[in-house]
Amino acid sequence: MTPDPNRKSPSDLTPSVGAATDIAPLGRTQPRPAHELTAAEEAQVTDWNKVAAMEEFRALLKAKLRFIAPATAFFAIYYFALPVLVGYAPELMGKKIFGAVNLAYLFALSQFVMAWVIAALYVRAAGRFDKMAEAILAKLKFK
Amino acid sequence: MSTALLMFVGFVGVTLVITYWASRRSSGANAFFAAGRQITAWQNGFAVAGDYMSAASFLGIAGMIAFQGYDGFMYSVGFLVAYLTVLLIVAEPLRNAGKYTMADVLAYRMKARPVRAMAALSTLTVSTFYMIAQMVGAGALVALLLKSSGISYEAAVIGVGILMIVYVVFGGMLATTWVQIIKAILLMGGTILLSIIVLGHFGFSLSAFFDAISHVTYHVTKDSVKTEVIQNFLQPGLRYKPPYGALDLISLGMALLLGTAGLPHILVRFYTVPDAKTARYSVVWAMVLIGTFYIMTTLLGFGAATIVGRDFITDNGGTNMSAPLLAQALGGNFFFAFISAIAFATILAVVAGLTISASTSFAHDFWTNVIHHGTERKPGEEVLVARVTAFVVGAIAITLAILLGSKANVAFLVGLAFAVAASANLPVIVLSLFWKRFNTAGAVCGLATGLAASLALILVSPSLMTIDPPTVTGAARHLFQHKPLFPLENPGIVSIPLGFLGAIMGALLSREPAAEAKFAELTVRANTGLGAEKASLH
Repeated sequence: MTPDPNRKSPSDLTPSVGAATDIAPLGRTQPRPAHELTAAEEAQVTDWNKVAAMEEFRALLKAKLRFIAPATAFFAIYYFALPVLVGYAPELMGKKIFGAVNLAYLFALSQFVMAWVIAALYVRAAGRFDKMAEAILAKLKFK
Repeated sequence: MSTALLMFVGFVGVTLVITYWASRRSSGANAFFAAGRQITAWQNGFAVAGDYMSAASFLGIAGMIAFQGYDGFMYSVGFLVAYLTVLLIVAEPLRNAGKYTMADVLAYRMKARPVRAMAALSTLTVSTFYMIAQMVGAGALVALLLKSSGISYEAAVIGVGILMIVYVVFGGMLATTWVQIIKAILLMGGTILLSIIVLGHFGFSLSAFFDAISHVTYHVTKDSVKTEVIQNFLQPGLRYKPPYGALDLISLGMALLLGTAGLPHILVRFYTVPDAKTARYSVVWAMVLIGTFYIMTTLLGFGAATIVGRDFITDNGGTNMSAPLLAQALGGNFFFAFISAIAFATILAVVAGLTISASTSFAHDFWTNVIHHGTERKPGEEVLVARVTAFVVGAIAITLAILLGSKANVAFLVGLAFAVAASANLPVIVLSLFWKRFNTAGAVCGLATGLAASLALILVSPSLMTIDPPTVTGAARHLFQHKPLFPLENPGIVSIPLGFLGAIMGALLSREPAAEAKFAELTVRANTGLGAEKASLH
C-alpha cells in the first residue's frame, strides 16, 4: 500500500477522501456517461461548433436536405394541384373515367397513395441518416 | 337503461381503471408530462390518430360528404397529407431538441421569457378554441344520442368535462395516451365495420355504389315550395362555389397542410416516445390509420347520402348525425348505440389531449419559465401547477360550452385552431430550426402576427359576419349582421404568409448574436439526438 501524500505526519490517522482505506470515494470520479448528462451539463462538455463543422456532420445535413427538400416540394405541388384543379377546372375534373367514378375522385384517392409512398421512401432514407448520425456519435465517443 | 348508455358507461369504466393504473405508476414530471417517454411506436401512432381524429372528423366530415358530396372529401385528403409535414420536417427535430412543449424548441436559441410567453398564449388559444368546439359538439351529440335516457345538454357537457379533468389530473399523459389508443382502436373498428356493411348493401359492387352516388335524390324547400333535386355527389363544387370557392379550397389546404404540424396537442405526443427514430415510426403508424380512416369517410358519407338520404338526416338531428343514422339504418338500434358510444369515446380522447397540452404549456412555459425564470421553487411544483391548470381549463371549457348552448355556431372554431397553428406556430418552428439569422424578435413578432391575423380575419369572415334571414333566430344567428369583410371561410391564404412575413421582418430588424451562436448547437442536437431527453419514469 502506498503512503497517502495528504497525510501530514505518520501519526495522523485521519483518513482523507479518496484514500485507499475509504470504502468508496464520495461522488463519482469518472465523467458521467453521455446518457446520464442533462442538457445543461452537456452544453459545457460538447463543443457544438466543432461537431457542426465536422465533415461527417455536414455530409449528414446535405444528405437530409437532398431528400427532404425535393420530397417536400413534390408533395406540396402534388397536393395543391388538387384544390387548384378542382376549383378552377371543375369540368375537367368531373370527367368520368370508370363508370361513374370521375377524375376528381381518383386524383383525391391518389393523394393518399402519394402520402404513403413518400412516407415509405422517407423511412428508408432515414435509416441511412440514422447510420450517419451513429457514426458521428461513435467518433465523438458518445456511444 | 338504453344500450347506448350502457356502452358509454362501459367505456368510461375501462378508462377510469386505466387512469387509476396510470396514477399508481407515474410520479414526477417526466411521467406526468411525457408518460416517462416509454410509449412504443405503434402505441404512439394509435395515440396520435386518437388525438387527431376528432368528432369533427368522424361525424362532421361524414356529414359534410353526405350533404355536399365530393367537396367534403377535400378535408379528408388534407388531414392525411398534412402528416408529411409532420414526418419530414417537425417530428424528429422536436423530439431531439425539446423536453415537454412546442416552446422548448422555439425558445431554444432565443431569450426564453418573451418567446415562451407568446408560445404559451398561442397554445392556450388553439387548445381552448378547439376544446370549446368539441365540448359544444359533445354536449349536443350526447344529448341527442341519449335522448331516450333523458340526459340534457348541460349534464352531458359537465359529464364530459369532469371525465377529461379526471383523466388528466390523476392519470397525466400516460392515462391520456391509453384513452387515445383505445379510442383509436374502437374508431377504426367501428368505421371498418360500417364501411363493409355499406359495401355489402351494394352487393360489394363498387360500380353499383358509385352509380348510386352519381344521382343522389333529395328535397329542397325554398319559399315553402318543395322541389326535388337529383345531383351527382362526385362532382366537385357543391360546397365551394364561385366566385371565391376555389380560393377557399386552396386556403383550407394551406391551413391543413401547415396547421397540423403546429397543433400543440399533436406535437407533445412526440415527447412520449424514447427517441426520434420511434417518433418517426409512430408518425408512419398514424399515417396508415389516419389515411385508412379518411378514405372510409367517403363510404360513410356517400353511404349516408344514398342509403339514409339527406331528407331523413335533416329531420333527425342534422348533418352531424349522418354516421350514427347510417349505422341505425344498416344495423338497427344496437349498431346505432355502438357507433354513438364510439363518437363519445372520440370526443373524450380529444378533449383529454387538448387539456393536457394546455396545462403542460401553462405550467412548463408560463409558470416555471416565464414567472420563475426556469427553475422550480420546490420539487414537483410544475406538475402541481399543471394539475391545477387542467382543473381550471376544464371548468372554463364547461362554463363556456354551457353559456354558448347547443345551437351555437362553433364549427369555425376548429378551422380557427388550424389557422392559428399554421399562421403563428408553424412559421416560427420552421424558421427557428432552419434559419440561423432567426432570433427572439422574429419569434415573438411571428407568433403575434400569425395569431392576430387569423383571429381578425375569422372575425370578419362569413363564419361570423353574415346577414341572416329573419327566419334564423337565437344562437344560430351570426355574431355580426353585416356583409363579410373577408370573403373566405378560411383565413390561411392571407394569415399564413403574414405569419411568415412577421417572423422574417422581426428577425431582420434586430440582431441577436447569442441566438445565431446557438444555431450550431440546435442543429447538432436536432439531427443527431445528442443530449436528447431520455426515457425515465421520474
